This record gives sequence, C-alpha cells and structure tokens, in this order.
Amino acid sequence: MNIVVLMKQVPDTEGDRKLAADNTVDRAAVDPVINYIDEFAIEEGLLLKEAHGGEVTILTVGPERATESIRKALSMGADKALHISDEAIHGSDAVATAKILAKALGSVEWDVAIAGSEATDARGAVVPALLAEVLGAPQLTQARKVTVDGSTVTIERVTDTGYEKVEAQTPAVISVVEKINDPRYPSFKGIMAAKSKPIDVKSLSDIGVEAGEVGLSNAWTQVASFENAPPREAGQVVKDEGDGGSKIADFLASKKLI
Amino acid sequence: MAEVLVLVDAVDGNIKKATFELLTAARQLGEPAAVVVGAPGTAAGLKDQLAEYGAAKVYVAESDDIAGYSVAPKAEALAAVAQQASPAAVLISSGPENKEIAARLALKLDSGLLYDAVGFDGDGNVTQQIFGAAITVTSKVSKGTPVITVRPNSFAPEAASGAAQEVPVSVSVSDAGKGAKITDTVVEEKGSRPQLSDASVVVSGGRGIGNADNFTIIEKLADSLGAAVGASRAVVDAGWVPHTMQVGQTGVTVSPQLYIAVGISGAIQHRAGMQTSKTIVAINKDPEAPIFELADFGVVGDLFQVAPQLTDEIGKRKG
Repeated sequence: MNIVVLMKQVPDTEGDRKLAADNTVDRAAVDPVINYIDEFAIEEGLLLKEAHGGEVTILTVGPERATESIRKALSMGADKALHISDEAIHGSDAVATAKILAKALGSVEWDVAIAGSEATDARGAVVPALLAEVLGAPQLTQARKVTVDGSTVTIERVTDTGYEKVEAQTPAVISVVEKINDPRYPSFKGIMAAKSKPIDVKSLSDIGVEAGEVGLSNAWTQVASFENAPPREAGQVVKDEGDGGSKIADFLASKKLI
Repeated sequence: MAEVLVLVDAVDGNIKKATFELLTAARQLGEPAAVVVGAPGTAAGLKDQLAEYGAAKVYVAESDDIAGYSVAPKAEALAAVAQQASPAAVLISSGPENKEIAARLALKLDSGLLYDAVGFDGDGNVTQQIFGAAITVTSKVSKGTPVITVRPNSFAPEAASGAAQEVPVSVSVSDAGKGAKITDTVVEEKGSRPQLSDASVVVSGGRGIGNADNFTIIEKLADSLGAAVGASRAVVDAGWVPHTMQVGQTGVTVSPQLYIAVGISGAIQHRAGMQTSKTIVAINKDPEAPIFELADFGVVGDLFQVAPQLTDEIGKRKG
C-alpha cells in the first residue's frame, strides 16, 4: 500500500519559542525538530508497510531547512519524501496548509495519509480534519490503534470516556495520538541509507496551487498583536512542619476555594 | 441584533458547563442562539436548560445519520444552521472533536477559524495564549463568519432568561459525510469524577507518587474537592494511569479555578498544559522544583504526609 506520512518541522518545545516581527512563528529563534507527535505517525506508517508492503513517503510543507527533519524521518526507514517548499507559503494558516497538502497528495499515489494528531507549535489539531474536508476523503483521526484489512481501515478513536471504533475505505486521512506505538530510533545503517534516498522538492506552481491562495497576506485570520504574558506573581512557599496539609486548607479557605 | 451561534455539548441529557460559558460570552457579540446537533429527540430534553442561560433560539439540527458517523455529519449539520441563520459568529467549546467540527465548518463557510480563544471583545478581537501561555496573541478573523473555539473555563457562566424558541433545521448528510462509520462506542472508565478538560478543580499526580497503587492518594484528594484527576507525562509513560489523564503540552490543556500539583516537578511540557490555571497549589519535596515558580501556594514536604492531611482537613471543614 502507498503510505504518506504528513510531517511538520516545529521549533523545539524545550527552547524559548518566539514570534517574529510579522507575528508568525520565529523559526530561527529555536532549533527545529520533527513535531514530536509526528514521530508516532512515521512509526505507524513504517509498521503498516512492514505488515502490508508498499512504500512510505514523507510529505512536508515547510521552509528549506525542513530537509534536516526529512532526512531524520528517512533514516527511521521511510522510502522517499515530497517537500513542498515555496517562499509564498510563509504565514499560511491551517486552512491554506490543508489546501497545499491536498494538492501535494494529488501529485502522488496514496492509500492512507497519516499525521500526528497535533503539532506542538500551533496546537490547533485541525489540519487532518481540514485535509479530509478539502479532499472529501474519510476522516479517521485521534487514533490510538490503526488496523488495515484490504481497502478497509479501522481505527480506535480516542474519546473523553474511552474510544470509538471507526471504519472507512481507502484513501483515508488518519491522525494518530502519541503513545500509539514506540517510535524507533534511526540505526546507523538507516542514517547512511537516508543520505541517498530521494527528496522531491516542489514549488506551489509544481502542484497547481496559486500563490494568491496561501501565505500570510491571504490568510483568513490575522494576528493583530502579541505580547509576552506577564509572569505569575510569586506565591508563598512554606516548608512542611507537620502541618503542611492544613496550611494548604487554610490557603484554600482564604481564597474561598473550599 | 445579530445572532451568535453556540454549539451545545451535552452528555446523557446534561448540558456541559462549557456550553453555558459560551452562551454567556455570546451576549458580548450579539444575541445567543443555541444549536443542538444530534440524533432525533436530542433537543427536547435540553431546551429548558438553554433557556436558563439566555438562548433566544434553539436551532434543532437532528438526523439519524449524525450519531453513526465520525465528525463530518456534525459539521454539515452546523453548516446548515449557519447558512440559514447568517450569524455574526459561531462559538464552539475547545476539545479534540469540537475543534475538528469547527475546522470543517470554517472551510464550508469560507470563513476564518480561530481556535482556543480565552477571551474576546465586542469588536471581534480574540485573545489566545500560545507556546505554553508564554505569549498572549490578539487575532481577528478577516474573512467570512468568525468560527471561534473557546477554551473551557475562559468565561464565568451567568444565568439569564431566554425564550429558547425552537427552530427546526433540516439536515441531510452527504455521502462524503458518511465516509467514516462508527461501528462501536466503548466507555472505558465511567467514573463519577468530572472530566479533566473542563473541570473547575484538577488534582494531578507526578513521578513523586512512586507507583501506580499510590495514585489512590491523588484520587482521594480529588474526590474530597469534587475534582478531576490528572497526571504528568512521567506517570503516563510509566503506565500508572491511562494517556487520557495526561496534562501537558501533548496531553490535555486545563485551565481550572484550582490546580493542585502533587509530586510534579513542573517540566515545561507539563507547565504548558496547566499554567493558565487561576490558582495553583504545589506539593513537592524538592524546594528547587520549577512548579513552585508558578504556585500561588506551595508546600515543600513529603507528599505522603501532606496530601492525606489536606484530604482530611478538607473533609473536616466541609463538615
């Protein structure tokens, strides 16, 4: 089966993330990494390939530097990559990103497109649903388990109280939650092999997207301003002298919380 | 006055508090109108509750096809209402499924989507907190009908009387909307505790708990406060509690009135999911634990002494 994994490069959560002067994510301020949850999507793609055969293609929309993250995904075992890179993409919102991904998928053969449930920078968790909407394809999102039987894909979709079994026919858009599997580390052999794996870099016009549909100035939402949140006022910290629990109770009572 | 649509969240005939928060917040933008999307007969039991929180209208978008398929039919039903009502905005409480519904709705309406708002003003400026609440952003929708998801606990619900006039909307789910069929619904833990995502009080346990059995200390404290139970990533990774209980960057984001962190050091990954809580209390044996930088009140001590004592004290004071 043809498996496409949607991977996003994000600023490392452990770094001091900032916005740039144009109110977009400052991608130079912090080292970029593979979106943590996408590692589970990559692993799920590799597991599906091992069980059912086929190829795993990494699909990334992002700046030139995203190549570093693509190589890492290839070193985990993916076969090839499609990298949509174009200056006009800068500042695109989730809707525009989904439209770009949909056109990119239109340029390859695919049975399942697997994404992480959300990215650690924007935390919208909306792109997989948007992509399904744009494509008119079934949405199998928030999966903690994925099973493929011929052209039928069944997932366990995480809910507030448990899970739902959801079933659809390929081609389908899947998103997986973290902990669905145990992402592998790249082996030395994998790292060496990744150096010669093909990365197809395409521009917007290559996949048939008009620059006027995407980018910061065409986004359907605008960030007007931002400010660093004021630090929380320092509270009171006391050492337990055998009455720590009742001191907390006193504090809660003073705040009318009990 | 223009209508503001609020998608109603209800479980077993009980409307969630987050819906009342949105009906309250909607009054800033226009006239609140509730939208019930679900199987036929869902709205009947909800109307009176919606009237108590100021819903002038209750749009009823019901169909047998809605409950049987994942997400897409709900977005189609809500879009049918929006097309009929031409609202000033659509408000939906933030949660994994609701954000997906909102996203699909925005695309159907050719409209801008803003997610995880924590506040807004009458001019349509929306406040969001990003990067673990380190940065506050003011955004605006520049195209179409603003579709806004709002984090639970961002507004205080206030009762107000509304006519709750019922308006039926016909819904026919498209074939594309029936692409992902729900074949089974499994409830794994149906406890009496409130749900983590929109609870007013949350008690979370971290690595300091030591093992899975000791987690009962957290549960007892939570139950004394009527709180939801959360956990740090370390506890989830250790397999002591299910993943659905993880509070943090990659888990559930909470913003309760009171958050009590027990045995949690407060790594960035955890803080990102809880630091907008109104009041934070921490118990940890390490005085250098970063969680104390956030805490309004912290106790440096042995959680196995402090937490049970707190549980007892709360019980006594509640009489």
